[in-house]
Amino acid sequence: MTTVLGLVYLAAATCFVLGLHLMNRPPTARRGSLLSAYGMAAAVAATVVVLVREGTVTATGWTVLAAGTMVGTTAGWYMARTVAMTSVPQVVSLFNAAGGGAAMLVAVHEFMRHDSATGTALAVAVDVVIGAVTFSGSLIAAGKLQGVVASRPVVFPGARVLAVALAVVMAGAGGLLVAGRGGTAVLAVLAVAALAAGVAMVMPIGGADMPVVISLLNALTGTAVAMAGFVIGSTVLIIAGALVGASGGILTMLMAEAMNRSLVSIVVGGFGTGDGPAG
Amino acid sequence: MTELTIFLLSVLVGYEVISKVPAMLHTPLMSAANAIHGIVLVGAALIAVTADTWIGYLLAFVAVTLAAMNVVGGYAITARMLAMFADRRPGPPTGGAS
Repeated sequence: MTTVLGLVYLAAATCFVLGLHLMNRPPTARRGSLLSAYGMAAAVAATVVVLVREGTVTATGWTVLAAGTMVGTTAGWYMARTVAMTSVPQVVSLFNAAGGGAAMLVAVHEFMRHDSATGTALAVAVDVVIGAVTFSGSLIAAGKLQGVVASRPVVFPGARVLAVALAVVMAGAGGLLVAGRGGTAVLAVLAVAALAAGVAMVMPIGGADMPVVISLLNALTGTAVAMAGFVIGSTVLIIAGALVGASGGILTMLMAEAMNRSLVSIVVGGFGTGDGPAG
Repeated sequence: MTELTIFLLSVLVGYEVISKVPAMLHTPLMSAANAIHGIVLVGAALIAVTADTWIGYLLAFVAVTLAAMNVVGGYAITARMLAMFADRRPGPPTGGAS
Protein backbone atom coordinates (compact mmCIF):
# COMPACT_ATOMS: atom_id res chain seq x y z
CA MET A 1 0.00 0.00 0.00
CA THR A 2 2.83 2.39 0.84
CA THR A 3 4.41 1.58 -2.52
CA VAL A 4 1.18 2.42 -4.34
CA LEU A 5 0.89 5.67 -2.41
CA GLY A 6 4.51 6.47 -3.24
CA LEU A 7 3.85 5.85 -6.94
CA VAL A 8 0.77 8.09 -6.90
CA TYR A 9 2.81 10.85 -5.25
CA LEU A 10 5.52 10.39 -7.86
CA ALA A 11 2.94 10.66 -10.64
CA ALA A 12 1.54 13.79 -8.99
CA ALA A 13 5.00 15.35 -8.82
CA THR A 14 5.49 14.55 -12.51
CA CYS A 15 2.16 16.25 -13.30
CA PHE A 16 3.27 19.36 -11.40
CA VAL A 17 6.56 19.61 -13.30
CA LEU A 18 5.00 18.99 -16.72
CA GLY A 19 2.07 21.28 -15.87
CA LEU A 20 4.39 24.17 -15.01
CA HIS A 21 6.38 23.52 -18.16
CA LEU A 22 3.26 23.60 -20.34
CA MET A 23 2.31 26.93 -18.76
CA ASN A 24 5.33 28.63 -20.34
CA ARG A 25 3.44 29.04 -23.64
CA PRO A 26 -0.09 30.40 -24.20
CA PRO A 27 -1.38 27.58 -26.46
CA THR A 28 -0.61 24.85 -23.92
CA ALA A 29 -1.23 26.83 -20.72
CA ARG A 30 -4.73 25.48 -20.02
CA ARG A 31 -3.60 21.90 -20.54
CA GLY A 32 -0.75 22.54 -18.12
CA SER A 33 -3.05 23.86 -15.43
CA LEU A 34 -5.43 20.92 -15.86
CA LEU A 35 -2.61 18.36 -15.73
CA SER A 36 -1.35 19.84 -12.50
CA ALA A 37 -4.90 19.80 -11.06
CA TYR A 38 -5.27 16.09 -11.92
CA GLY A 39 -2.00 15.37 -10.15
CA MET A 40 -3.20 17.25 -7.09
CA ALA A 41 -6.56 15.42 -7.06
CA ALA A 42 -4.81 12.05 -7.32
CA ALA A 43 -2.39 12.86 -4.49
CA VAL A 44 -5.17 14.01 -2.13
CA ALA A 45 -7.49 11.10 -3.03
CA ALA A 46 -4.73 8.51 -2.55
CA THR A 47 -3.88 10.00 0.85
CA VAL A 48 -7.51 9.72 1.98
CA VAL A 49 -7.80 6.13 0.68
CA VAL A 50 -4.70 5.08 2.61
CA LEU A 51 -5.98 6.77 5.78
CA VAL A 52 -9.30 4.93 5.45
CA ARG A 53 -7.58 1.57 4.96
CA GLU A 54 -5.24 2.08 7.89
CA GLY A 55 -8.30 2.58 10.07
CA THR A 56 -6.35 4.29 12.85
CA VAL A 57 -8.11 7.61 12.49
CA THR A 58 -10.45 8.59 15.31
CA ALA A 59 -13.99 9.82 14.69
CA THR A 60 -12.95 13.28 15.85
CA GLY A 61 -10.04 13.17 13.41
CA TRP A 62 -12.38 12.44 10.51
CA THR A 63 -14.81 15.14 11.62
CA VAL A 64 -12.00 17.70 11.77
CA LEU A 65 -10.74 16.61 8.36
CA ALA A 66 -14.18 16.68 6.73
CA ALA A 67 -15.29 19.96 8.31
CA GLY A 68 -12.02 21.71 7.44
CA THR A 69 -12.09 20.48 3.86
CA MET A 70 -15.69 21.56 3.45
CA VAL A 71 -15.19 25.05 4.87
CA GLY A 72 -11.92 25.61 2.97
CA THR A 73 -13.26 24.27 -0.32
CA THR A 74 -16.41 26.37 -0.13
CA ALA A 75 -14.52 29.54 0.76
CA GLY A 76 -11.85 29.00 -1.90
CA TRP A 77 -14.33 28.12 -4.63
CA TYR A 78 -16.66 30.99 -3.78
CA MET A 79 -13.87 33.57 -3.72
CA ALA A 80 -12.27 32.32 -6.93
CA ARG A 81 -15.60 32.27 -8.75
CA THR A 82 -17.20 35.50 -7.61
CA VAL A 83 -14.32 37.94 -7.41
CA ALA A 84 -14.11 40.60 -10.15
CA MET A 85 -11.33 39.96 -12.67
CA THR A 86 -9.65 43.21 -11.57
CA SER A 87 -9.33 41.88 -8.01
CA VAL A 88 -7.65 38.61 -8.96
CA PRO A 89 -4.13 39.47 -7.67
CA GLN A 90 -5.32 40.15 -4.12
CA VAL A 91 -7.30 36.90 -4.06
CA VAL A 92 -4.25 34.95 -5.24
CA SER A 93 -2.38 36.66 -2.41
CA LEU A 94 -5.06 35.53 0.09
CA PHE A 95 -4.75 31.93 -1.14
CA ASN A 96 -1.01 32.26 -0.76
CA ALA A 97 -1.46 33.46 2.82
CA ALA A 98 -3.64 30.40 3.45
CA GLY A 99 -0.93 28.06 2.15
CA GLY A 100 1.74 29.72 4.29
CA GLY A 101 -0.47 29.55 7.36
CA ALA A 102 -1.20 25.87 6.80
CA ALA A 103 2.51 25.07 6.32
CA MET A 104 3.31 26.88 9.57
CA LEU A 105 0.57 25.05 11.51
CA VAL A 106 1.80 21.65 10.32
CA ALA A 107 5.17 22.35 11.96
CA VAL A 108 3.58 23.84 15.10
CA HIS A 109 1.39 20.77 15.49
CA GLU A 110 4.27 18.32 15.05
CA PHE A 111 6.39 20.28 17.51
CA MET A 112 3.67 20.37 20.17
CA ARG A 113 2.92 16.69 19.76
CA HIS A 114 6.48 15.74 20.61
CA ASP A 115 7.03 18.85 22.75
CA SER A 116 10.42 19.30 21.06
CA ALA A 117 11.53 17.77 17.84
CA THR A 118 15.31 17.72 18.09
CA GLY A 119 15.90 15.88 14.83
CA THR A 120 13.75 18.19 12.76
CA ALA A 121 14.04 21.30 14.94
CA LEU A 122 15.80 23.24 12.21
CA ALA A 123 13.06 22.42 9.69
CA VAL A 124 10.40 23.35 12.29
CA ALA A 125 12.06 26.72 12.97
CA VAL A 126 12.55 27.57 9.29
CA ASP A 127 9.01 26.41 8.43
CA VAL A 128 7.46 28.53 11.19
CA VAL A 129 9.49 31.61 10.24
CA ILE A 130 8.86 31.44 6.50
CA GLY A 131 5.24 30.31 6.88
CA ALA A 132 4.46 33.13 9.32
CA VAL A 133 6.22 35.76 7.17
CA THR A 134 4.29 34.73 4.06
CA PHE A 135 1.03 34.49 6.00
CA SER A 136 1.09 38.03 7.41
CA GLY A 137 3.00 39.45 4.42
CA SER A 138 0.48 38.12 1.90
CA LEU A 139 -2.44 39.44 3.97
CA ILE A 140 -0.86 42.92 3.98
CA ALA A 141 -0.13 42.65 0.23
CA ALA A 142 -3.77 41.71 -0.45
CA GLY A 143 -4.91 44.55 1.83
CA LYS A 144 -2.77 47.05 -0.06
CA LEU A 145 -4.22 46.01 -3.42
CA GLN A 146 -7.75 46.02 -2.04
CA GLY A 147 -7.24 49.47 -0.47
CA VAL A 148 -7.82 48.20 3.07
CA VAL A 149 -4.19 48.97 3.92
CA ALA A 150 -2.55 52.19 2.66
CA SER A 151 -1.06 51.28 -0.71
CA ARG A 152 1.67 53.93 -0.49
CA PRO A 153 4.97 52.82 1.02
CA VAL A 154 4.55 53.09 4.77
CA VAL A 155 7.89 54.00 6.30
CA PHE A 156 8.30 55.20 9.86
CA PRO A 157 11.34 56.25 11.85
CA GLY A 158 12.87 53.30 13.61
CA ALA A 159 11.68 50.79 11.00
CA ARG A 160 15.20 49.54 10.49
CA VAL A 161 15.75 49.23 14.25
CA LEU A 162 12.54 47.22 14.48
CA ALA A 163 13.71 45.00 11.61
CA VAL A 164 17.00 44.31 13.31
CA ALA A 165 15.25 43.66 16.64
CA LEU A 166 12.86 41.18 15.02
CA ALA A 167 15.75 39.44 13.27
CA VAL A 168 17.61 39.15 16.59
CA VAL A 169 14.54 37.74 18.37
CA MET A 170 13.97 35.22 15.56
CA ALA A 171 17.61 34.18 15.48
CA GLY A 172 17.62 33.76 19.29
CA ALA A 173 14.38 31.79 19.47
CA GLY A 174 15.34 29.72 16.43
CA GLY A 175 18.74 29.00 17.94
CA LEU A 176 17.16 27.81 21.20
CA LEU A 177 14.83 25.49 19.29
CA VAL A 178 17.64 24.03 17.19
CA ALA A 179 19.71 23.50 20.35
CA GLY A 180 16.75 21.52 21.72
CA ARG A 181 16.32 23.94 24.63
CA GLY A 182 13.08 25.64 23.64
CA GLY A 183 9.56 24.57 24.44
CA THR A 184 6.21 25.72 23.09
CA ALA A 185 6.69 29.21 24.56
CA VAL A 186 9.87 29.75 22.53
CA LEU A 187 8.07 28.52 19.42
CA ALA A 188 5.27 31.02 20.10
CA VAL A 189 7.80 33.88 20.42
CA LEU A 190 9.38 32.81 17.13
CA ALA A 191 5.99 32.71 15.39
CA VAL A 192 4.88 36.11 16.68
CA ALA A 193 8.21 37.75 15.72
CA ALA A 194 7.97 36.21 12.24
CA LEU A 195 4.36 37.40 11.82
CA ALA A 196 5.51 40.91 12.74
CA ALA A 197 8.44 40.60 10.32
CA GLY A 198 6.03 39.74 7.49
CA VAL A 199 4.03 42.90 8.16
CA ALA A 200 7.20 44.99 8.50
CA MET A 201 8.55 43.56 5.24
CA VAL A 202 5.55 44.43 3.05
CA MET A 203 4.35 47.70 4.63
CA PRO A 204 7.21 49.85 3.19
CA ILE A 205 6.60 48.57 -0.36
CA GLY A 206 4.31 50.53 -2.68
CA GLY A 207 1.13 49.11 -4.22
CA ALA A 208 2.56 49.19 -7.76
CA ASP A 209 5.22 46.66 -6.82
CA MET A 210 2.72 44.29 -5.17
CA PRO A 211 2.48 41.74 -8.03
CA VAL A 212 6.23 41.12 -7.80
CA VAL A 213 6.03 40.95 -4.01
CA ILE A 214 3.14 38.46 -4.15
CA SER A 215 5.18 36.30 -6.51
CA LEU A 216 8.12 36.46 -4.09
CA LEU A 217 5.87 35.51 -1.15
CA ASN A 218 4.47 32.69 -3.30
CA ALA A 219 7.98 31.31 -3.79
CA LEU A 220 8.57 31.61 -0.05
CA THR A 221 5.37 29.66 0.70
CA GLY A 222 6.66 26.92 -1.58
CA THR A 223 9.82 26.80 0.52
CA ALA A 224 7.77 26.69 3.73
CA VAL A 225 5.78 23.75 2.35
CA ALA A 226 9.03 21.94 1.51
CA MET A 227 10.14 22.51 5.12
CA ALA A 228 6.81 21.11 6.33
CA GLY A 229 7.67 18.07 4.19
CA PHE A 230 10.94 17.67 6.12
CA VAL A 231 9.08 18.04 9.42
CA ILE A 232 6.52 15.30 8.77
CA GLY A 233 8.74 13.24 6.44
CA SER A 234 6.58 13.64 3.35
CA THR A 235 8.46 13.45 0.05
CA VAL A 236 5.63 14.84 -2.06
CA LEU A 237 5.55 18.01 0.06
CA ILE A 238 9.31 18.39 -0.31
CA ILE A 239 9.18 17.97 -4.10
CA ALA A 240 6.19 20.22 -4.76
CA GLY A 241 7.36 22.85 -2.27
CA ALA A 242 10.91 23.00 -3.66
CA LEU A 243 9.52 23.11 -7.19
CA VAL A 244 7.32 26.11 -6.39
CA GLY A 245 10.10 27.75 -4.39
CA ALA A 246 12.57 27.64 -7.29
CA SER A 247 10.21 28.26 -10.20
CA GLY A 248 8.46 31.01 -8.21
CA GLY A 249 11.83 32.63 -7.60
CA ILE A 250 12.65 32.64 -11.32
CA LEU A 251 9.18 33.95 -12.13
CA THR A 252 9.64 36.75 -9.60
CA MET A 253 12.81 37.88 -11.39
CA LEU A 254 11.06 37.72 -14.78
CA MET A 255 8.19 39.83 -13.45
CA ALA A 256 10.53 42.41 -11.95
CA GLU A 257 12.42 42.52 -15.25
CA ALA A 258 9.20 43.00 -17.24
CA MET A 259 8.35 45.98 -15.02
CA ASN A 260 11.88 47.38 -15.42
CA ARG A 261 12.45 47.12 -11.68
CA SER A 262 15.20 45.30 -9.91
CA LEU A 263 14.05 42.82 -7.30
CA VAL A 264 16.63 44.13 -4.83
CA SER A 265 15.40 47.71 -5.11
CA ILE A 266 11.82 46.55 -4.54
CA VAL A 267 12.55 44.55 -1.42
CA VAL A 268 15.36 46.65 0.03
CA GLY A 269 13.23 49.70 -0.72
CA GLY A 270 11.69 48.44 2.50
CA PHE A 271 14.42 46.56 4.27
CA GLY A 272 16.08 43.13 4.39
CA THR A 273 13.64 40.26 4.74
CA GLY A 274 14.95 39.28 8.19
CA ASP A 275 14.78 35.60 7.44
CA GLY A 276 16.03 34.56 10.81
CA PRO A 277 17.63 31.38 11.95
CA ALA A 278 18.08 29.61 8.64
CA GLY A 279 21.89 29.89 8.76
CA MET B 1 20.12 12.59 3.42
CA THR B 2 17.71 11.14 0.83
CA GLU B 3 15.24 13.90 1.61
CA LEU B 4 17.90 16.57 1.22
CA THR B 5 18.86 15.07 -2.16
CA ILE B 6 15.24 15.09 -3.30
CA PHE B 7 14.90 18.71 -2.14
CA LEU B 8 17.98 19.87 -4.03
CA LEU B 9 17.06 18.05 -7.25
CA SER B 10 13.53 19.49 -7.07
CA VAL B 11 14.96 22.99 -6.70
CA LEU B 12 17.05 22.42 -9.83
CA VAL B 13 14.02 21.12 -11.75
CA GLY B 14 11.98 24.14 -10.62
CA TYR B 15 14.80 26.40 -11.76
CA GLU B 16 14.91 24.82 -15.22
CA VAL B 17 11.19 24.37 -15.84
CA ILE B 18 10.51 28.10 -16.24
CA SER B 19 11.91 29.51 -19.45
CA LYS B 20 11.07 32.71 -21.31
CA VAL B 21 7.46 33.24 -20.22
CA PRO B 22 5.51 35.93 -22.10
CA ALA B 23 4.38 38.70 -19.72
CA MET B 24 0.69 37.88 -20.19
CA LEU B 25 1.31 34.46 -18.64
CA HIS B 26 3.13 35.80 -15.56
CA THR B 27 0.05 36.09 -13.35
CA PRO B 28 -1.54 32.75 -14.40
CA LEU B 29 1.79 31.01 -13.88
CA MET B 30 2.15 32.55 -10.43
CA SER B 31 -1.38 31.42 -9.64
CA ALA B 32 -0.68 27.88 -10.89
CA ALA B 33 2.44 27.65 -8.72
CA ASN B 34 0.36 29.00 -5.84
CA ALA B 35 -2.13 26.16 -6.34
CA ILE B 36 0.67 23.58 -6.41
CA HIS B 37 1.91 24.50 -2.95
CA GLY B 38 -1.62 23.68 -1.83
CA ILE B 39 -0.17 20.13 -1.67
CA VAL B 40 0.28 21.13 1.99
CA LEU B 41 -3.31 19.80 2.24
CA VAL B 42 -1.79 16.30 2.27
CA GLY B 43 0.39 17.37 5.20
CA ALA B 44 -2.57 18.96 6.97
CA ALA B 45 -4.58 15.74 6.51
CA LEU B 46 -1.74 13.72 8.04
CA ILE B 47 -1.62 15.94 11.13
CA ALA B 48 -5.41 15.83 11.44
CA VAL B 49 -5.20 12.06 11.94
CA THR B 50 -2.39 12.16 14.51
CA ALA B 51 -4.05 14.83 16.64
CA ASP B 52 -5.22 13.67 20.06
CA THR B 53 -5.71 16.81 22.13
CA TRP B 54 -8.25 19.57 21.67
CA ILE B 55 -5.56 22.05 20.73
CA GLY B 56 -4.18 19.53 18.26
CA TYR B 57 -7.61 19.17 16.68
CA LEU B 58 -7.99 22.93 16.55
CA LEU B 59 -4.62 23.39 14.81
CA ALA B 60 -5.46 20.57 12.41
CA PHE B 61 -8.86 22.05 11.60
CA VAL B 62 -7.40 25.48 10.81
CA ALA B 63 -4.56 23.91 8.79
CA VAL B 64 -6.93 21.72 6.73
CA THR B 65 -9.28 24.67 6.13
CA LEU B 66 -6.48 26.97 4.95
CA ALA B 67 -4.88 24.28 2.79
CA ALA B 68 -8.19 23.29 1.14
CA MET B 69 -8.84 26.97 0.41
CA ASN B 70 -5.35 27.25 -1.15
CA VAL B 71 -5.82 24.20 -3.42
CA VAL B 72 -9.40 24.69 -4.56
CA GLY B 73 -9.25 28.46 -4.87
CA GLY B 74 -5.83 28.32 -6.51
CA TYR B 75 -6.85 25.98 -9.32
CA ALA B 76 -10.27 27.61 -9.78
CA ILE B 77 -8.86 31.09 -10.21
CA THR B 78 -6.06 29.89 -12.52
CA ALA B 79 -8.67 28.22 -14.73
CA ARG B 80 -10.70 31.43 -14.76
CA MET B 81 -7.72 33.54 -15.81
CA LEU B 82 -6.75 31.14 -18.59
CA ALA B 83 -10.35 30.85 -19.82
CA MET B 84 -10.47 34.63 -20.06
CA PHE B 85 -7.62 34.94 -22.48
CA ALA B 86 -8.62 31.91 -24.47
CA ASP B 87 -11.77 33.89 -25.33
CA ARG B 88 -9.68 36.60 -26.92
CA ARG B 89 -8.69 34.26 -29.72
CA PRO B 90 -10.76 34.10 -32.93
CA GLY B 91 -13.81 31.90 -33.23
CA PRO B 92 -15.61 32.01 -29.87
CA PRO B 93 -18.08 29.11 -29.80
CA THR B 94 -21.09 31.34 -29.28
CA GLY B 95 -22.79 30.89 -32.66
CA GLY B 96 -25.93 28.75 -32.63
CA ALA B 97 -26.19 27.30 -36.15
CA SER B 98 -23.04 25.62 -37.35
